Amino acid sequence: MGISNLQEKLNEGKFVITSEIGPGKGTNLEFLKEAEILKDKVDAFNVTDLQSSVMRLGSLATCHLLVEMGLEPVFQITCRDRNRLALQSDLLSAYVLGIRNVLILTGDHPILGDHPETKPVFDLDSVSLLKVASTLMEGKDMKGNQLDGKVDFFLGAVVSPGYEPLDLQIIKMEKKIEAGAKFFQTQAVYDLKKFEEFMKRIEKYKVPILGGIVLLKSAGMAKYMNENVAGVSVPEKYIEMMAKAKKEERVKVSLQIGAELIKGMKGLCQGIHIMPLGWDKYVPDLLSLSGLI
Amino acid sequence: MIYSELKNIDEILKIVKENEIFLILCNGCAEVCKVSDDKSVEEIEKKLKESGKDIKGKVKIDFLCSKILIARKLKKFLNEISFSKGLLVFSCGIGVQCVSDVIDKPVYPATNTVYLGGFQGLWPGKERCLECGTCYLGITGGICPIAFCTKQLVNGPCGGTNNGKCEIDKEKDCGWALIYEKLKKINKLEILKEYQEPRNYKLIEPDSKLRKKVFYDIDKNEEL
Repeated sequence: MGISNLQEKLNEGKFVITSEIGPGKGTNLEFLKEAEILKDKVDAFNVTDLQSSVMRLGSLATCHLLVEMGLEPVFQITCRDRNRLALQSDLLSAYVLGIRNVLILTGDHPILGDHPETKPVFDLDSVSLLKVASTLMEGKDMKGNQLDGKVDFFLGAVVSPGYEPLDLQIIKMEKKIEAGAKFFQTQAVYDLKKFEEFMKRIEKYKVPILGGIVLLKSAGMAKYMNENVAGVSVPEKYIEMMAKAKKEERVKVSLQIGAELIKGMKGLCQGIHIMPLGWDKYVPDLLSLSGLI
Repeated sequence: MIYSELKNIDEILKIVKENEIFLILCNGCAEVCKVSDDKSVEEIEKKLKESGKDIKGKVKIDFLCSKILIARKLKKFLNEISFSKGLLVFSCGIGVQCVSDVIDKPVYPATNTVYLGGFQGLWPGKERCLECGTCYLGITGGICPIAFCTKQLVNGPCGGTNNGKCEIDKEKDCGWALIYEKLKKINKLEILKEYQEPRNYKLIEPDSKLRKKVFYDIDKNEEL
């Protein structure tokens, strides 16, 4: 038995699909409807933790709402805003709120968000927080104090297959595995050949990889990502396809590209992680074009 | 005055993995706060030898924070240094970084830098020390992750590094990209695989006993 359905499905060798929910800025819960649409189509929903360092509704509360809706969340927790006391406490809270999948990240620097003057915390990093979460699973806090009731999580982390130098990324990935990461979601992948090379290099770790999918909304977005997003390189051919597409055809072309990537990934990794960035309504079409539903 | 304290011998032996080592001592603040005076260094030397270390030589340089002085003085010792596989440096964190910048060999700090108040020798370079009290330079090729990584990470880079630059500023080098390049150059990439425990922030605030120590706050000391 897996700790979560996500783990169970990966154990069974099923090609899994995760999607992502970004809570809004405020208490409006309208965004949960997007998750409802995908209810029987994806296996779990990542909930981002103040994505891009913008103050929003929290990941922990949103994950709990998903549990109540009968959906399976992946609780994203970053090291940006909380010290080791708060991080450990939030992991205990997550467990009692029924959350079983946790994705641990370092987090973006607050300078990139809407409160750039804030104090960056980074008391722990992604590797040490994974280790701390593993210790909580053994019934102890990071100082070795006994817990009255332990946690049980399916722990995940992120890896960027397009990162340069890749050796350095793989060293960090190895550290995350040793610290307790049992699955990985990747940065957006657009170059299947490079992704295949990455998968070959990390095959020996025998840890499930969910390839990242971000739908291109325009040629401009692709160019922007190439210049500004670490580890992302959209090949020229996709940029051209998007540039040539008429405005009303853009979604169709974008979904075609997405489906091509997903089909390519199917033989390479253990699942996909879709980051819809507001295009949730197109995810069902993307999945059917990819032959996954 | 830059105040530093000797790491204990176990800590030094943990980071210095090579057997053939060369010692570099600073004759500036480090001498004054007794981390590089003859007595302290001889004691450490004795313990290093007992642990099987082969000391290929040592040199004392007036101010390790001056790269010109280091380069000039070390020229005479290049032969002895070439027989060593690692350099143990008795100075503040700035001196260790300057040595690392001048010689492509693994450098190891013999001290933890506690306090940077007052006169800072001849320090014209890019090196920085944030007085963390847990000198990491021995595991990072002599480049400080606390000063050069915007998030002060100790277990490698975050995912924001883009073309070797920091996610907060395209003009700013990623500290971990620099560390990676340096460790690669000196064939020490395996150090990066070691897990680093979360930092001990207690060490940032020196305890009251230390504040009363001679040379911590040299201008208030009447014993001089």
